[in-house]
Amino acid sequence: MRENDTIIKIENVTKKYGKVTAVDQITLEIPRGEFFALLGPSGCGKTTLLRMLAGLEMPSEGRIIIDGSDMSTIPPNKRPVNMVFQSYAVFPHMSVFDNVAYGLKFDQVAKADQYGQVMAALADVKLDHLAERKPDQLSGGQRQRVALARALVKKPKVLLLDEPLSALDAKLREAMRFELAELQDQIGITFVMVTHDQDEALAMACRCAVMDRGKLMQTATPSNLYEFPANKFVADFIGNVNLFEGTLEIDEPDHAIVQSDALGGRIFFDHGVSGAGGEKMWVGIRPEKVEILKREEGSTPPTPEDVPAGCNVAAGTIRQISYLGSESVYQIDLFNGRTMQVSRPNLSRWDQEDFTWDDPVWLRWHGDSPVLLQN
Amino acid sequence: MRKRRSRAPLDYLGMPAMKAWLAGVFVFLYTPLFILIMFSFNNSKANIVWKGFTFKWYVKAFENTQLREALFNSLLIAGLCTVISLVLGALMAFVFWRFKFPFKGTLESGMSLPIVVPEICFGVAVLLFFARIGFPTDLPYPFNLTQIILAHVTFSFPFVGVVVRARLESFNNELEAAALDLGASPFQAFRDVIIPHMYPGLIAGGLLAFTLSLDDFVITFFASGPGTITFPVKVYSMVRFSVTPEVNAASTIIILITVLATILALRAQTRPAKET
Repeated sequence: MRENDTIIKIENVTKKYGKVTAVDQITLEIPRGEFFALLGPSGCGKTTLLRMLAGLEMPSEGRIIIDGSDMSTIPPNKRPVNMVFQSYAVFPHMSVFDNVAYGLKFDQVAKADQYGQVMAALADVKLDHLAERKPDQLSGGQRQRVALARALVKKPKVLLLDEPLSALDAKLREAMRFELAELQDQIGITFVMVTHDQDEALAMACRCAVMDRGKLMQTATPSNLYEFPANKFVADFIGNVNLFEGTLEIDEPDHAIVQSDALGGRIFFDHGVSGAGGEKMWVGIRPEKVEILKREEGSTPPTPEDVPAGCNVAAGTIRQISYLGSESVYQIDLFNGRTMQVSRPNLSRWDQEDFTWDDPVWLRWHGDSPVLLQN
Repeated sequence: MRKRRSRAPLDYLGMPAMKAWLAGVFVFLYTPLFILIMFSFNNSKANIVWKGFTFKWYVKAFENTQLREALFNSLLIAGLCTVISLVLGALMAFVFWRFKFPFKGTLESGMSLPIVVPEICFGVAVLLFFARIGFPTDLPYPFNLTQIILAHVTFSFPFVGVVVRARLESFNNELEAAALDLGASPFQAFRDVIIPHMYPGLIAGGLLAFTLSLDDFVITFFASGPGTITFPVKVYSMVRFSVTPEVNAASTIIILITVLATILALRAQTRPAKET
């Protein structure tokens, strides 16, 4: 990647409030034109990091470079970034038009050009017909569009979005996801979004950074976060996962075996894992990557002849079923008392009737499904 | 069979007894004012028997130069006191809302002290203070009103401060952050976003300061130097000889001014209040 393709460079940034460290030694680069998401549970420091990008907070240590210039001494009103706030922060005493025009006053835009620019920005968010309205006459979704237009009219190099969809109702949220992603595509500005909602981040972002307690856990594309989580926190935070403690017994380049008492046996990996052997590790298995098979009482586990080579098998009993329409999620009791979550798509209209409560089952998963995780 | 209207549990106004009570409260509140206004039109020197309608007491009140002068003084003092109290009160409210500093809690309680201290004590304190610092008492008009204005500001601006402070509690800090983010300097953000939010508080506080100053008697009595007179003080001195309907007429005018000011203030307040 060429140097000038990076628009935001965060170098060893730490933010402390008294004794509390909100953001801890974060280093991050965001390429120009990317839709980037900062994802994490509440209190993980993601909003603080975003506010530092906007200049509303100053880092205690480290520096932030936006488009090649150091932002350490630049106040928020002189930064080439604009923000859409969580509460939208639409000025209640100004009309929609005046809200959007507010930022242009400081940009030395001629009065004659202001009108056109404001109306164009309002047209981009499909609000040009409501320019004369006051914010109290708008719905929540419309107010958010005002906040968007107000930020975009300034033609920022980076648009910051703080939990942009959290205050909308479910249907509108889904629609706005696509609309925001499309808008970003259309105008090509770098978007940095903060969210605690993993679906939102996975659906919209090119890349996500997962944060926990001020620290950066992993930065990756949505599919890599899900399929190749870097550690136990990321695996657990993104989607559902079955986690079992274990120790690494065999660690070869093309396969590995983990001894896990929690799962009641040895787990086979058909890929090499890079981890120090013998250490306590975690095995993560996603619910949809496990298959359920019927098991007759007293039968033996499927032998390698019955199942594809490199598979793992465990026995259990169905304890709980939640039927979700498109899929069913099964809670399965293993023999050693632990439970495992398995989801199964309802491919036909009768699929959910194949298994019922207390059915004895075999669980089978392929050797490339489990991931080995460190704490 | 008598038809009984069914009533919701909290629909108190459906109860005749409650209606009577409500009417009683209004009668209690407004009868004195009503009598005052009624007798200002009474064609008799005494405030006891109704003898017929006349405007002559209003004419007489207007022809009374001293009374006119006192009324003008009062309005001038109240106007200036309102402006100064608004600035001081709003700044004080902003400082207590925005900043953290040592002894903030103590200072904040201290800010409401002028509200609770009995007026008579305050009046004596003001008199002693001006005597102690040797404040000049022989200034030409209208500068001889300075002492009264200063005294009025002292007890009015905490009211503005308290009202504006309460209003600021509902301010969304992201509004200010948004203004900064859009390119406003901290001062421009204060002017464009925080002051408009304070607006209803400023109106209410200003109205309080205006009426407090307009009808203050005790403190004014102590603070005024020789040759300065305000409307309440003048009315008091007139009443000491006899309560003529002239006083009624003058009082009715004052009531009219206050009611008008209140209506205007409420009008100005409804718009920004609706938007929050």
